[in-house]
Amino acid sequence: MKTIKELQDIATQIRRDVLRMICSANSGHPGGSLDCADLLTALYFEVMDVEPKNFTREGTEEDMFFLSIGHIAPVWYSALARRGYFPIKELATLRQMGSRLQGHPSYHFKLEGVRVASGSLGQGLSVGIGAALAKKMDNDKKLVFTLHGDGEIEEGQIWEAAMFAGANKVDNLIAIIDVNHAQIDGRTEEVCDSSSLKEKFLAFKWEVKECNGNDMQELVSTLKECKQSCFKGKPVMLLMNTKMGYGVDFMLDDNGWHGKAPSEEQTKQALAQLQETLGDY
Amino acid sequence: MKEYKILAEKDTRSGFGEGLVVAGKENPNVVALCADLSPSVRMDLFQKEFPERFIEVGIAESNMISIASGMALSGKVPFVGSFAAFSTGRTYDQIRQSVAYSDTNVKIAGSHAGLTLGEDGATHQILEDIGLMKMLPNMVVINPCDFTQAKQATIAAAKFSGPVYIRYGRPKVPVFLTEDTPFEIGKALLLNEGKDVSIFATGHLVWQAILAAQELEKEGIQAEIINIHTIKPLDNEAVLNSVRKTGCVVTCEEHEYNGGLGDSIAQLLARNLPSPMEYVGVDDKFGESGKPMQLMEKYGLDAKNIVLATKKVIQRKNNR
Repeated sequence: MKTIKELQDIATQIRRDVLRMICSANSGHPGGSLDCADLLTALYFEVMDVEPKNFTREGTEEDMFFLSIGHIAPVWYSALARRGYFPIKELATLRQMGSRLQGHPSYHFKLEGVRVASGSLGQGLSVGIGAALAKKMDNDKKLVFTLHGDGEIEEGQIWEAAMFAGANKVDNLIAIIDVNHAQIDGRTEEVCDSSSLKEKFLAFKWEVKECNGNDMQELVSTLKECKQSCFKGKPVMLLMNTKMGYGVDFMLDDNGWHGKAPSEEQTKQALAQLQETLGDY
Repeated sequence: MKEYKILAEKDTRSGFGEGLVVAGKENPNVVALCADLSPSVRMDLFQKEFPERFIEVGIAESNMISIASGMALSGKVPFVGSFAAFSTGRTYDQIRQSVAYSDTNVKIAGSHAGLTLGEDGATHQILEDIGLMKMLPNMVVINPCDFTQAKQATIAAAKFSGPVYIRYGRPKVPVFLTEDTPFEIGKALLLNEGKDVSIFATGHLVWQAILAAQELEKEGIQAEIINIHTIKPLDNEAVLNSVRKTGCVVTCEEHEYNGGLGDSIAQLLARNLPSPMEYVGVDDKFGESGKPMQLMEKYGLDAKNIVLATKKVIQRKNNR
């Protein structure tokens, strides 16, 4: 078990990794990657029961994670590497030809930690449901976690999956929505009003929790509550309120940073706000 | 020519239904998912036998495909079933990302494929599914020709490791293959040896090709009939060996020219053995409501048109 300070330090290092990786690739998605750094840290270093040294696609007797918003791959890759799934130095290869760290996550290149490709949005909740159903059939008591965006949920398949999971009591599933109110074309409220999420998922027969996704203490305790809520006849939804670009002042809450790489000068400026805690790759 | 008898009249979707039950008995990891069509696609047989391994997804085909890919990760062998129009066209992106690219061991069953769906009309009569599926890297595409082969193909797909699309039909059609007929994914089936023309046929058109060959024999034309049940991977050697002997080709399928079996064979021949070739298929048209065999006749997918195409291609060969 790690202290909140230790987890915060890991998240800070992951934010540094994200910025350096995207700057070096000169492409990628920093906004969501930064705001989900706390979540990925909490999941991989505190909440989920995983076996990084002995990764299997099957995920038998361990918790499984699916990143439905594949574009924030950099933060996932960094969390996986820092947790010991693959060598940290491989982070330097993001988006380069021949790299296992594809622009969007891929199983094709057999990167430890990644089980299914994602990038085309809206599919990860269904995939997670499938993994959760298989665990139930196999009497495997571990959990399945999925991560979504509040823009992503404009995809119809999310609601097909939400209806199925509620109706079929898929209660070994914790889905998390990164509610940062930002998507490429503007605020989520402006593009296609995605408000009242709590009421929507309650109506779909989910257990719904909320928390500040950029407050490590609150995040960890809420995720633990989510685990406690499993196996009670309902899938669990965590609405995680964040701000896009969290950790870098000039990116904060600005959807312009959804999919734009910072320049070298901007990266330098951003890194100055994030102390190197575990050592850069 | 070799004699084929009508042993019974059955639908290929029922061959799938029975094959799935056999696969389920052979392997406890076989599971089935359906999108509110279980009697139509004959998954009700599996549902009755293995209720705990059957998942009713509701009318949400995209969700069904992705759930299946999630289930496959832990070693389940999911079969998903719907009408071919919905289990391929409606779900193309899910199949592409979560099945083909992710190499998940999902078996996609498409029933009611082609014009022989009949009365429901063009919204449901997909003639593009073979093309859609064969374009995906890593996807195996099978189109069985009768009840027996449909059952064999289903059992074989369950044993095969990797994504498979299998296409079935709605109407009762002649059963002419026996249970001991060999079936191997990727291996063409020689139905009749001949020297004048190679007729490559798949699905419901195989029986029509046999009828056509009987007519051609009366006129002294010896047609070689090869059943291509696996369109991808194509049995290149079987195709090339036959065409080396006969020198001309007719392809027969209940599908668009674009993307179909004929397309695959033309591509192979263009690179290795350019030969006169005719297509029996649908040329860039949608279907319409009607009785199955009425439609097959109207759109030129019958023995009569195979005979005409054969004569035409033999003439082209002789004029060379």
